[in-house]
Amino acid sequence: MQFAFNDEQQMLRDSVERFGEDEWSAADRLKRLAEGREGTARRWAQMAELGWLMLPIAEEEGGLGGGPVEIMAIMEGVGRHLMTEAYVSHCVLAPALMTGGGDHCAALLEQVGAGQVRIAAALIEDDDFDVAAISARASAIDDRFKLTGTKTHVEDGADADWYLVSARTGGAPGERAGISLFLVPSGAEGLAIQRFRAVDSHRHCSLDLVDVDAIPVGVIGEVADRIEAALDRAIVAHMAEAVGSMEAAVAATLDYVRTRQQFGAPIGSFQVVQHKVVDMSVACEEARALMMVAASQLASGGDASSLIAAAKVRVAQCGIAVAQQAVQLHGGVGTSEELIVSHHLRRQMMLDLAHGDRDHHKARFAELTR
Amino acid sequence: MNLDLAPEDREFQQDVRDFFANSIPEDWKKTVRAGLRLSPENLVAYQRRLADRGWGAPTWPKEYGGTGWTPQQLHIFWSEASAADAPAQFHQGLELIGPIIFTYGSQAQKDYYLPRIISGEDWWCQGYSEPGAGSDLAALRTRADRDGDDYVINGHKMWTSYAHVADRMFILARTSNEGRRQQGISLILVDMDTPGIRISPIHTLDEKHHTNEVFLDDVRVPATNIVGEEGMGWNYGKVLLDRERMVAAATAMFLPQTLRAVREAATRRRTAYGLLIDKPEFRAKLAQVEIEAVAVQAMVLRLMADAAAGADSGPRGSMVKLRWSELTQQATALWVEALGPKAQHFAALGDESELPDDMPFALKGALYARVTTIYGGSSEIQRNIIARRALGL
Repeated sequence: MQFAFNDEQQMLRDSVERFGEDEWSAADRLKRLAEGREGTARRWAQMAELGWLMLPIAEEEGGLGGGPVEIMAIMEGVGRHLMTEAYVSHCVLAPALMTGGGDHCAALLEQVGAGQVRIAAALIEDDDFDVAAISARASAIDDRFKLTGTKTHVEDGADADWYLVSARTGGAPGERAGISLFLVPSGAEGLAIQRFRAVDSHRHCSLDLVDVDAIPVGVIGEVADRIEAALDRAIVAHMAEAVGSMEAAVAATLDYVRTRQQFGAPIGSFQVVQHKVVDMSVACEEARALMMVAASQLASGGDASSLIAAAKVRVAQCGIAVAQQAVQLHGGVGTSEELIVSHHLRRQMMLDLAHGDRDHHKARFAELTR
Repeated sequence: MNLDLAPEDREFQQDVRDFFANSIPEDWKKTVRAGLRLSPENLVAYQRRLADRGWGAPTWPKEYGGTGWTPQQLHIFWSEASAADAPAQFHQGLELIGPIIFTYGSQAQKDYYLPRIISGEDWWCQGYSEPGAGSDLAALRTRADRDGDDYVINGHKMWTSYAHVADRMFILARTSNEGRRQQGISLILVDMDTPGIRISPIHTLDEKHHTNEVFLDDVRVPATNIVGEEGMGWNYGKVLLDRERMVAAATAMFLPQTLRAVREAATRRRTAYGLLIDKPEFRAKLAQVEIEAVAVQAMVLRLMADAAAGADSGPRGSMVKLRWSELTQQATALWVEALGPKAQHFAALGDESELPDDMPFALKGALYARVTTIYGGSSEIQRNIIARRALGL
């Protein structure tokens, strides 16, 4: 029973930490954000060179076969430095959805690992997070498929080259049978993309599809389990990001309350302030313990779905509470664009929504433990 | 990072599971699930059964009659005990005074007292708190004056749990008024049948008698009953700080017992909407408490891993105590909620069989739970400790 990283994982963690300090220092954050897509492209190329992009891809598909714990070592750093690169969407979720999907998938994943191609998952419709709550249709004409429907939210989809779209080849909305998964290039005929920027600077989109040519991935009509298993991997990676961000927010707050003087004393000398910082650090420990146990269980291959659902709920609750208190204890300046704490709050709020919010996963936990 | 069980741990797990299989009487279970202590007779019976199996002191080293178990084995033992609705062992002898005796006590004290703790022969109570010394324990005023080969003790102890059944009490008393307040305090072992001791029950909100005031009036004990050196009693408490994480961990691991009781109550209860367990509002509340309990179990695993690695847990023992105590309050409150209107039927004025099945355990449990955020260092004190020691504020 041990929670420590092994040497390789520790080296990976340190490497991400250096990258974060160089590229995403809090003082330069607004400059970085202003660089927009060019900055992201430059850093994405660096990350490819460091081997991070191919880390989660299976070895037989040209990757390094890294598991949940290696991904955690990367994502904690992503969270600590609030990097906006969409590592989870392109390097964790997409490969998990495509693994074992055949030659076409393997060829694309190799390009993903090299940083040449970005793939985003288009799974959500009509504001519901349930993987089965979809009505987009895929009709087979000979051995080709054509998709028609609307995908409400594609996490990190604004700059993707390909989309992994879930659609029905059978069954009715709400049913798990009849769900299939398809690859669609961003330039496909009949595909309309609306792009959005989120409050944390991630770039998403929604898709309208009318008779779009699509390539099937996995077994037709039977991919609900594959999607949920892939989402579990993405969720655990996001939790590591959330924990990294929480711990950074607490560290920033501790620095601040030790130095900020009011009433002739550092505000950290006041018990009411101390107890709030304590509650923040307890929330961090709660979230970290859950995230690590969930990652470990996922890595050892056991059924982790109810644990991951529980962790998703609690990490989000803790993350939002910590970031809100970080803003509160910074006082007025905590609400400014200039200080890092408000960026942590915005990211925590969006992490809650990514792949199902607190209520969704609480209901899922209740169902799984019925 | 690896949380999987090694093959030898799996074997151990099976041994423990076999021991607990069908070994807990049904009538213990509701009490245990409410987080309430069994009657002293039943707790002693349980302690004897464990001692017979060689498991009387799970956290003690082998040389003092303990099991010498690794933290991983302790985690397995408590997990299985919790799953079997076994009670927690009574801790005042095993976890509070025992470790101080084997760390600082004389050879004679070790030889005499330790085996009697393990066998369940001696029940110990803790004479620490006083009317003017609660969270600020160093303000205690009970005096132990040296008189020849004896100490003569005078004072007034409060919140002395189980003094009315205890054979012995370990007390903190002032042997000097010089220097810092903490410096004049000594730790002394007292037989409860010594003349001059008077016990007066404190009636508590749960209507269960577990705690007392103890008046000490010229109580004469041999000077050899002092543990370690005179004036060093305060420091001996530090051995407990290191072990505190294990006590917090063990206690937190019994939380799922209460949640099972809530589930059962909600599964039995019929409402106008069908079974309570199917009502979305209730399911969401139950899921919330269960999710937080999962989080606390994950925190416990981290504590045990620290212990296994011989690493300092920093504030994490305090954190588990904070979260566990809040959750036991929430879980027992939800149990009461699951009883619905009948939660008002605390005691029968006529036919007992008209009471809800789990009364009075649910309500007593919810009321008793209020003390969990007060005893053993209140939540406010825990926060002070974390702020000072871990955050450097």
